[in-house]
Amino acid sequence: MSTTTTAITYEAGLAPAAGPAMPRGAARLGWAVADALTITKRNLIAYTRIPESLFFSTLQPIMFVLLFRYVFGGAIHPPLGLTYIDFLMAGIFIQSVGFGGIGTAVGLSEDLQKGLIERFRALPMARSAVLAGRTTADLVRNVFVLLLMTGVGALVGFNFPNGAPGFIAASALALFFAYALLWGFAVIGLAASNSETAQVMAFPILFPLIFASPAFVPLTSMPGWLRWFATNQPIGAVINAMRSLMLGARYVPGSTSGHVLVALAWCVGLLLVFAPLAVWRYRRIS
Amino acid sequence: MTHAIEAHDLRKTFGGEVRALDGVSFAVEEGTIFGLLGPNGAGKTTAVRILTTILAPDSGTGLVLGHDVVAQADRVRTLIGLAGQYAAVDENLTGRENLTMVGRLNHLARDVVAKRATELLEQFGLSDAGDRPLKTYSGGMRRRLDVAAALVARPKVLFLDEPTTGLDPHSRVDVWGMIDHLVEEGTSVLLTTQYLEEADTLARDIAVVDHGRVIAEGTPAQLKADLGATVLDVGLADPELARRAASILGSVGAKSPTVVGSTVELPVDDGPRIAIEVLRLLDQNALVPTTFRIREPSLDDVFMALTGKRTEADEEEATSIPTNGRHRRRREPSVAGTSDGGAR
Repeated sequence: MSTTTTAITYEAGLAPAAGPAMPRGAARLGWAVADALTITKRNLIAYTRIPESLFFSTLQPIMFVLLFRYVFGGAIHPPLGLTYIDFLMAGIFIQSVGFGGIGTAVGLSEDLQKGLIERFRALPMARSAVLAGRTTADLVRNVFVLLLMTGVGALVGFNFPNGAPGFIAASALALFFAYALLWGFAVIGLAASNSETAQVMAFPILFPLIFASPAFVPLTSMPGWLRWFATNQPIGAVINAMRSLMLGARYVPGSTSGHVLVALAWCVGLLLVFAPLAVWRYRRIS
Repeated sequence: MTHAIEAHDLRKTFGGEVRALDGVSFAVEEGTIFGLLGPNGAGKTTAVRILTTILAPDSGTGLVLGHDVVAQADRVRTLIGLAGQYAAVDENLTGRENLTMVGRLNHLARDVVAKRATELLEQFGLSDAGDRPLKTYSGGMRRRLDVAAALVARPKVLFLDEPTTGLDPHSRVDVWGMIDHLVEEGTSVLLTTQYLEEADTLARDIAVVDHGRVIAEGTPAQLKADLGATVLDVGLADPELARRAASILGSVGAKSPTVVGSTVELPVDDGPRIAIEVLRLLDQNALVPTTFRIREPSLDDVFMALTGKRTEADEEEATSIPTNGRHRRRREPSVAGTSDGGAR
């Protein structure tokens, strides 16, 4: 605690003056982008200062790659002689960006709770900036997490079976899916009365979708009804498309383009449902 | 003439049940401090939220420098600054980063914002702490930063929602000095407070709100004049003696005296002259005052007279302080019209 801060000195510079008026048309769009970037920057700075989010964005992804590779990997046998680390990457990407989304919900609900959004609403800034800035910051965080995991994966044996283009396409799909999912977490964050509730609401939705999927184990060991669910739920569809892209079509039954289309349809569908819902929810805050 | 702020018959009900504002009207002259005074839950914050465009009223009109807070909300937001009760700042950012963010969201140029942030940190005595995350700040420092953030864009109209609630007395005086200074520079201020002293010290005009209505309006002096010009406080050794003194002094003052513990409170029109009379009567009856004070009626006296209850800040004292005046409950019998009734 500083005790050297009690003396308030007054010099010139408190005199009032009107700020720039809000423009119309194209210039207004420019403001909206600038505001979103300001909020993006603010959220990214915060992520580097909150120990929990630093952990979830750095140490946890590294730990999971190593844990699955060395602890579970030996007991799980992917199809067609694939190594477990090659099989794992798609699943662990989605698991990481998925759980990372909880941070979106928690962050938004904290902003609400602490009165920050209230202050934002009295500023001459674009209404869209809070949500746009939050989701952009989380997209940037996800890019970082995927790069980190790719590096660690490569160190422990991942060898890009379908080459760089396939891997990049799969990663882009993971990011797009994560972005669509973020809007769902934004809805949760805006609906929850506090950040603990936001967390509690997010987990039960995320957990079954991530673990009842082909993310970590081949579907052959699951009972038929579960196998059907795991294949057709959005996370299953996205992981199948990613594997088809990053490992090669022969490892996933069905054509690559078919899988990718289904995955993209899920992403677009989720975005079309959740983004308007989040915006609606945000506008209704009073 | 354009007012800094005008509220016309503002009404707001939450969830169809809680009537937060029930027809509130007032006007704030440019370059002055206007105090919205009332207890917790009186509707002060709701009024501020409507006038700062955060909340739409159910009915009624709010104007800031002539601009409608609903229809011209965008324009209004460029003219106002808001500092709230809960110091709405990002605790993960440093003081400087917070100020910069608010400046950028006001669309000020990057170099202007940088200069302004340094300037404000200095003015608010936060230069040393400016590059530390807010998590490390004390409550008073956060509140100062919150006010500083409200000033980044040099607003013409400043809303301060209970700026000193929860602050220690020293920080409170700091904030008062800052508010006074802003008004000297030409800013208009709407201040909400539950501290009567604060409104009395700072505000040129006051509206007293309770249950979503303005129940009195005027300058602090006008409000206090409603109670008589002066109050004589006569302290005695114990409550029994005080009751005797009250009965002796029954017809001396402008209104009947009240006994508060072992003190007699006597509203009078001409304090010093009546004081002689009071001391003479006490002496004749062999009553020796332990304390003797001539004071202006406090705004708390006014609030009590208007609402029949103490303000939040004084609630713990209220149990031991009985009341006087037309609308007050009487906890101690006061005797009127028998100047020698209790004398022997």
